[in-house]
Amino acid sequence: MCQAVKHNPLKKDERQLAELDRRIVLATQSGLPVAAEPYRIIAEQLGINTQLLMDRLEAMKADHRIRRIGVVPNHYKLGYTANGMSVWDVDDTFIDEAGEQLGQLDMVTHCYQRPRFPPEWTYNLFAMVHGHDRDEVLQKVSQIADLLGNRARKHDILFSTRILKKTGLRLKDKG
Amino acid sequence: MDALDRNIINTLQHDFPVCDRPFAVLAETLHSTEDELIARVQTMLDSGLLTRFGPMYNAVNMGGALSLCAMKVPEERFDEVTAQVNAFAEVAHNYQRDHEMNMWFVLATETQQELENTLAAIADRTGIPVYNMPKQKEFFVGLHFKA
Repeated sequence: MCQAVKHNPLKKDERQLAELDRRIVLATQSGLPVAAEPYRIIAEQLGINTQLLMDRLEAMKADHRIRRIGVVPNHYKLGYTANGMSVWDVDDTFIDEAGEQLGQLDMVTHCYQRPRFPPEWTYNLFAMVHGHDRDEVLQKVSQIADLLGNRARKHDILFSTRILKKTGLRLKDKG
Repeated sequence: MDALDRNIINTLQHDFPVCDRPFAVLAETLHSTEDELIARVQTMLDSGLLTRFGPMYNAVNMGGALSLCAMKVPEERFDEVTAQVNAFAEVAHNYQRDHEMNMWFVLATETQQELENTLAAIADRTGIPVYNMPKQKEFFVGLHFKA
Protein backbone atom coordinates (compact mmCIF):
# COMPACT_ATOMS: atom_id res chain seq x y z
CA MET A 1 0.00 0.00 0.00
CA CYS A 2 2.69 2.38 1.06
CA GLN A 3 4.66 1.71 -2.07
CA ALA A 4 1.64 2.23 -4.26
CA VAL A 5 1.01 5.59 -2.66
CA LYS A 6 4.62 6.58 -3.13
CA HIS A 7 5.01 5.35 -6.67
CA ASN A 8 1.82 6.37 -8.37
CA PRO A 9 2.40 10.13 -8.32
CA LEU A 10 5.89 9.57 -9.70
CA LYS A 11 4.58 7.48 -12.56
CA LYS A 12 2.01 10.11 -13.29
CA ASP A 13 4.74 12.76 -13.43
CA GLU A 14 6.77 10.58 -15.77
CA ARG A 15 3.79 10.02 -18.00
CA GLN A 16 3.10 13.74 -18.11
CA LEU A 17 6.72 14.47 -18.98
CA ALA A 18 6.73 11.81 -21.68
CA GLU A 19 3.56 13.31 -23.14
CA LEU A 20 5.03 16.81 -22.99
CA ASP A 21 8.23 15.62 -24.66
CA ARG A 22 6.19 13.99 -27.40
CA ARG A 23 4.36 17.26 -28.02
CA ILE A 24 7.71 19.07 -28.12
CA VAL A 25 9.02 16.59 -30.70
CA LEU A 26 5.93 17.05 -32.85
CA ALA A 27 6.22 20.84 -32.62
CA THR A 28 9.92 20.93 -33.53
CA GLN A 29 10.66 17.92 -35.73
CA SER A 30 10.22 19.95 -38.88
CA GLY A 31 12.45 22.68 -37.44
CA LEU A 32 12.63 25.73 -35.21
CA PRO A 33 11.37 29.16 -36.27
CA VAL A 34 14.20 31.34 -37.57
CA ALA A 35 13.56 34.20 -35.18
CA ALA A 36 15.19 36.04 -32.28
CA GLU A 37 13.29 34.00 -29.70
CA PRO A 38 12.62 30.62 -31.34
CA TYR A 39 11.99 28.81 -28.06
CA ARG A 40 9.45 31.36 -26.87
CA ILE A 41 7.48 30.93 -30.10
CA ILE A 42 7.37 27.14 -29.72
CA ALA A 43 6.54 27.41 -26.02
CA GLU A 44 3.60 29.69 -26.82
CA GLN A 45 2.31 27.22 -29.41
CA LEU A 46 2.45 24.51 -26.78
CA GLY A 47 0.98 26.68 -24.03
CA ILE A 48 3.93 26.18 -21.70
CA ASN A 49 6.53 28.58 -20.41
CA THR A 50 9.77 29.04 -22.27
CA GLN A 51 11.96 27.89 -19.42
CA LEU A 52 10.12 24.56 -19.21
CA LEU A 53 10.59 24.02 -22.95
CA MET A 54 14.30 24.82 -22.68
CA ASP A 55 14.66 22.48 -19.69
CA ARG A 56 13.00 19.63 -21.61
CA LEU A 57 15.23 20.22 -24.65
CA GLU A 58 18.31 20.15 -22.41
CA ALA A 59 17.04 16.94 -20.79
CA MET A 60 16.54 15.33 -24.22
CA LYS A 61 20.03 16.42 -25.23
CA ALA A 62 21.47 14.97 -22.03
CA ASP A 63 19.96 11.53 -22.61
CA HIS A 64 20.66 11.65 -26.37
CA ARG A 65 17.08 11.69 -27.56
CA ILE A 66 18.30 14.86 -29.24
CA ARG A 67 21.66 14.41 -30.96
CA ARG A 68 22.17 18.12 -31.24
CA ILE A 69 20.36 21.33 -32.12
CA GLY A 70 21.67 23.12 -35.18
CA VAL A 71 21.68 23.12 -38.95
CA VAL A 72 22.07 20.42 -41.57
CA PRO A 73 23.72 21.61 -44.76
CA ASN A 74 22.89 20.12 -48.13
CA HIS A 75 26.22 18.41 -48.68
CA TYR A 76 25.74 18.30 -52.45
CA LYS A 77 25.49 22.08 -52.51
CA LEU A 78 28.69 22.32 -50.46
CA GLY A 79 30.39 20.31 -53.20
CA TYR A 80 30.47 16.93 -51.46
CA THR A 81 28.89 15.09 -54.34
CA ALA A 82 30.42 11.64 -53.85
CA ASN A 83 29.60 9.31 -51.01
CA GLY A 84 30.65 5.76 -50.40
CA MET A 85 29.55 3.38 -47.70
CA SER A 86 32.78 1.77 -46.57
CA VAL A 87 32.33 -1.57 -44.85
CA TRP A 88 34.98 -3.35 -42.80
CA ASP A 89 35.46 -6.82 -41.42
CA VAL A 90 37.07 -5.96 -38.09
CA ASP A 91 37.96 -8.45 -35.40
CA ASP A 92 35.36 -7.98 -32.65
CA THR A 93 38.19 -7.44 -30.14
CA PHE A 94 39.15 -4.22 -31.92
CA ILE A 95 35.75 -2.93 -32.94
CA ASP A 96 35.50 -0.18 -30.29
CA GLU A 97 38.92 1.33 -30.87
CA ALA A 98 38.48 1.07 -34.64
CA GLY A 99 35.04 2.71 -34.55
CA GLU A 100 36.25 5.53 -32.34
CA GLN A 101 39.25 6.22 -34.59
CA LEU A 102 37.14 6.27 -37.75
CA GLY A 103 34.59 8.62 -36.21
CA GLN A 104 37.32 11.21 -35.70
CA LEU A 105 38.24 11.35 -39.39
CA ASP A 106 37.12 14.21 -41.60
CA MET A 107 34.35 13.31 -43.99
CA VAL A 108 33.19 10.26 -42.03
CA THR A 109 29.63 11.24 -41.16
CA HIS A 110 28.26 8.01 -39.71
CA CYS A 111 30.06 5.12 -38.07
CA TYR A 112 28.23 2.05 -36.81
CA GLN A 113 28.79 -1.52 -35.75
CA ARG A 114 26.23 -3.79 -37.44
CA PRO A 115 25.59 -7.56 -37.46
CA ARG A 116 27.40 -9.86 -39.89
CA PHE A 117 25.64 -12.46 -42.04
CA PRO A 118 28.39 -14.94 -42.84
CA PRO A 119 29.31 -16.23 -45.27
CA GLU A 120 27.72 -13.74 -47.69
CA TRP A 121 28.24 -10.64 -45.53
CA THR A 122 31.12 -10.55 -43.06
CA TYR A 123 31.41 -6.77 -42.60
CA ASN A 124 30.64 -5.47 -39.11
CA LEU A 125 31.83 -1.84 -39.20
CA PHE A 126 30.19 0.73 -41.47
CA ALA A 127 31.61 4.20 -42.10
CA MET A 128 29.96 6.63 -44.51
CA VAL A 129 32.67 8.55 -46.34
CA HIS A 130 31.99 11.77 -48.24
CA GLY A 131 34.16 13.56 -50.74
CA HIS A 132 34.14 16.14 -53.50
CA ASP A 133 34.52 13.30 -56.00
CA ARG A 134 34.88 9.55 -56.18
CA ASP A 135 38.68 9.73 -56.10
CA GLU A 136 38.67 11.66 -52.87
CA VAL A 137 36.38 9.04 -51.33
CA LEU A 138 38.66 6.22 -52.52
CA GLN A 139 41.69 8.06 -51.15
CA LYS A 140 39.96 8.49 -47.79
CA VAL A 141 39.05 4.81 -47.70
CA SER A 142 42.65 3.84 -48.38
CA GLN A 143 43.72 6.08 -45.48
CA ILE A 144 41.26 4.23 -43.28
CA ALA A 145 42.67 0.91 -44.49
CA ASP A 146 46.18 2.09 -43.50
CA LEU A 147 44.89 3.24 -40.13
CA LEU A 148 43.18 -0.06 -39.37
CA GLY A 149 46.05 -2.15 -40.68
CA ASN A 150 45.64 -5.83 -39.89
CA ARG A 151 42.77 -5.14 -37.50
CA ALA A 152 40.58 -5.20 -40.64
CA ARG A 153 40.55 -8.52 -42.47
CA LYS A 154 38.93 -7.05 -45.54
CA HIS A 155 36.86 -4.14 -46.69
CA ASP A 156 34.71 -2.94 -49.53
CA ILE A 157 33.15 0.30 -50.64
CA LEU A 158 29.63 0.66 -51.94
CA PHE A 159 28.95 3.80 -53.95
CA SER A 160 25.37 4.89 -54.28
CA THR A 161 24.28 4.90 -57.89
CA ARG A 162 20.73 6.15 -57.42
CA ILE A 163 18.53 7.61 -54.69
CA LEU A 164 15.38 5.49 -54.88
CA LYS A 165 13.53 7.20 -52.05
CA LYS A 166 14.26 9.92 -49.55
CA THR A 167 11.74 11.08 -47.00
CA GLY A 168 12.39 12.35 -43.51
CA LEU A 169 11.93 10.39 -40.34
CA ARG A 170 8.74 11.57 -38.76
CA LEU A 171 6.79 10.76 -35.65
CA LYS A 172 3.15 10.33 -36.53
CA ASP A 173 0.80 12.68 -34.77
CA LYS A 174 -1.50 10.40 -32.85
CA GLY A 175 -3.55 13.40 -31.80
CA MET B 1 28.20 31.95 -49.94
CA ASP B 2 30.69 34.22 -48.19
CA ALA B 3 32.91 33.88 -45.13
CA LEU B 4 30.08 34.62 -42.70
CA ASP B 5 27.82 31.99 -44.32
CA ARG B 6 30.61 29.43 -44.06
CA ASN B 7 31.22 30.39 -40.47
CA ILE B 8 27.52 30.04 -39.66
CA ILE B 9 27.32 26.61 -41.31
CA ASN B 10 30.46 25.33 -39.60
CA THR B 11 29.42 26.63 -36.19
CA LEU B 12 25.76 25.63 -36.30
CA GLN B 13 26.54 22.10 -37.45
CA HIS B 14 27.93 21.61 -33.96
CA ASP B 15 25.54 23.43 -31.72
CA PHE B 16 22.80 26.01 -31.48
CA PRO B 17 22.40 27.38 -27.95
CA VAL B 18 19.32 26.80 -25.82
CA CYS B 19 18.63 30.19 -24.27
CA ASP B 20 16.25 33.12 -24.63
CA ARG B 21 18.14 34.88 -27.44
CA PRO B 22 20.33 32.24 -29.11
CA PHE B 23 21.14 34.29 -32.21
CA ALA B 24 22.24 37.20 -30.02
CA VAL B 25 24.62 34.86 -28.18
CA LEU B 26 25.98 33.53 -31.47
CA ALA B 27 26.39 37.04 -32.85
CA GLU B 28 29.17 37.66 -30.33
CA THR B 29 31.26 34.64 -31.32
CA LEU B 30 30.55 35.09 -35.04
CA HIS B 31 31.25 38.86 -34.92
CA SER B 32 27.90 39.67 -36.42
CA THR B 33 24.49 40.82 -35.25
CA GLU B 34 21.38 38.96 -34.21
CA ASP B 35 19.38 40.34 -37.16
CA GLU B 36 22.10 39.51 -39.66
CA LEU B 37 22.39 35.91 -38.48
CA ILE B 38 18.64 35.39 -38.59
CA ALA B 39 18.53 36.76 -42.14
CA ARG B 40 21.47 34.60 -43.26
CA VAL B 41 20.04 31.37 -41.85
CA GLN B 42 16.64 32.09 -43.43
CA THR B 43 18.26 32.84 -46.80
CA MET B 44 20.30 29.62 -46.70
CA LEU B 45 17.20 27.60 -45.81
CA ASP B 46 15.27 29.23 -48.66
CA SER B 47 18.05 28.52 -51.16
CA GLY B 48 18.35 24.90 -50.03
CA LEU B 49 21.95 25.30 -48.86
CA LEU B 50 20.62 24.29 -45.45
CA THR B 51 18.07 21.50 -45.34
CA ARG B 52 17.22 21.77 -41.65
CA PHE B 53 17.38 24.05 -38.67
CA GLY B 54 16.37 22.69 -35.28
CA PRO B 55 16.74 19.67 -33.03
CA MET B 56 17.96 16.41 -34.61
CA TYR B 57 16.08 13.63 -32.88
CA ASN B 58 17.47 10.16 -32.41
CA ALA B 59 14.60 7.88 -33.41
CA VAL B 60 15.87 4.90 -31.45
CA ASN B 61 16.40 6.85 -28.23
CA MET B 62 12.91 8.29 -28.69
CA GLY B 63 11.59 4.76 -28.28
CA GLY B 64 11.19 4.10 -31.98
CA ALA B 65 12.93 1.50 -34.09
CA LEU B 66 15.30 2.10 -36.95
CA SER B 67 17.26 -0.28 -39.09
CA LEU B 68 19.39 -0.44 -42.21
CA CYS B 69 18.27 -3.27 -44.47
CA ALA B 70 19.84 -4.73 -47.58
CA MET B 71 18.64 -6.92 -50.41
CA LYS B 72 20.21 -8.66 -53.39
CA VAL B 73 17.80 -7.73 -56.13
CA PRO B 74 18.14 -9.38 -59.55
CA GLU B 75 18.89 -6.65 -62.16
CA GLU B 76 15.86 -7.53 -64.28
CA ARG B 77 13.53 -7.07 -61.31
CA PHE B 78 15.15 -3.95 -59.93
CA ASP B 79 12.51 -1.39 -60.91
CA GLU B 80 9.63 -3.65 -59.92
CA VAL B 81 11.17 -4.39 -56.49
CA THR B 82 11.98 -0.68 -55.98
CA ALA B 83 8.29 0.14 -56.41
CA GLN B 84 7.27 -2.67 -54.06
CA VAL B 85 9.72 -1.61 -51.34
CA ASN B 86 9.11 2.14 -51.67
CA ALA B 87 5.36 1.57 -51.32
CA PHE B 88 5.95 0.88 -47.62
CA ALA B 89 5.62 4.16 -45.70
CA GLU B 90 8.06 2.76 -43.14
CA VAL B 91 10.85 2.93 -45.75
CA ALA B 92 12.47 6.32 -45.10
CA HIS B 93 15.45 6.21 -47.48
CA ASN B 94 16.33 3.79 -50.21
CA TYR B 95 19.55 3.75 -52.22
CA GLN B 96 20.81 1.67 -55.09
CA ARG B 97 24.46 0.73 -54.56
CA ASP B 98 27.03 -0.84 -56.87
CA HIS B 99 27.39 -4.21 -55.16
CA GLU B 100 25.79 -7.63 -55.27
CA MET B 101 23.87 -6.34 -52.22
CA ASN B 102 22.39 -3.63 -54.39
CA MET B 103 19.41 -2.21 -52.51
CA TRP B 104 19.89 -0.48 -49.14
CA PHE B 105 17.04 1.09 -47.27
CA VAL B 106 16.31 2.50 -43.83
CA LEU B 107 13.19 1.35 -42.03
CA ALA B 108 11.78 3.65 -39.35
CA THR B 109 8.87 2.65 -37.15
CA GLU B 110 7.56 3.63 -33.76
CA THR B 111 8.00 0.15 -32.26
CA GLN B 112 10.31 -2.82 -32.69
CA GLN B 113 7.31 -5.02 -33.43
CA GLU B 114 6.22 -2.82 -36.34
CA LEU B 115 9.76 -2.98 -37.68
CA GLU B 116 9.78 -6.76 -37.64
CA ASN B 117 6.33 -6.93 -39.22
CA THR B 118 7.42 -4.59 -41.99
CA LEU B 119 10.59 -6.60 -42.67
CA ALA B 120 8.53 -9.76 -42.99
CA ALA B 121 6.00 -8.02 -45.24
CA ILE B 122 8.73 -6.72 -47.57
CA ALA B 123 10.32 -10.16 -47.87
CA ASP B 124 6.89 -11.63 -48.52
CA ARG B 125 5.85 -9.04 -51.11
CA THR B 126 9.11 -9.18 -53.07
CA GLY B 127 9.98 -12.84 -52.53
CA ILE B 128 13.56 -11.72 -51.74
CA PRO B 129 15.30 -12.18 -48.38
CA VAL B 130 15.93 -8.99 -46.41
CA TYR B 131 19.13 -8.65 -44.41
CA ASN B 132 18.34 -6.69 -41.26
CA MET B 133 21.38 -4.74 -40.06
CA PRO B 134 20.33 -2.53 -37.13
CA LYS B 135 23.15 -0.61 -35.52
CA GLN B 136 24.62 -2.46 -32.56
CA LYS B 137 26.78 0.44 -31.58
CA GLU B 138 27.07 4.02 -32.75
CA PHE B 139 30.50 5.60 -32.64
CA PHE B 140 30.93 9.28 -31.97
CA VAL B 141 31.42 11.21 -35.16
CA GLY B 142 33.28 14.50 -34.99
CA LEU B 143 31.45 15.39 -38.21
CA HIS B 144 30.80 17.67 -40.20
CA PHE B 145 30.92 19.15 -43.66
CA LYS B 146 33.41 21.96 -43.81
CA ALA B 147 31.73 24.73 -45.77
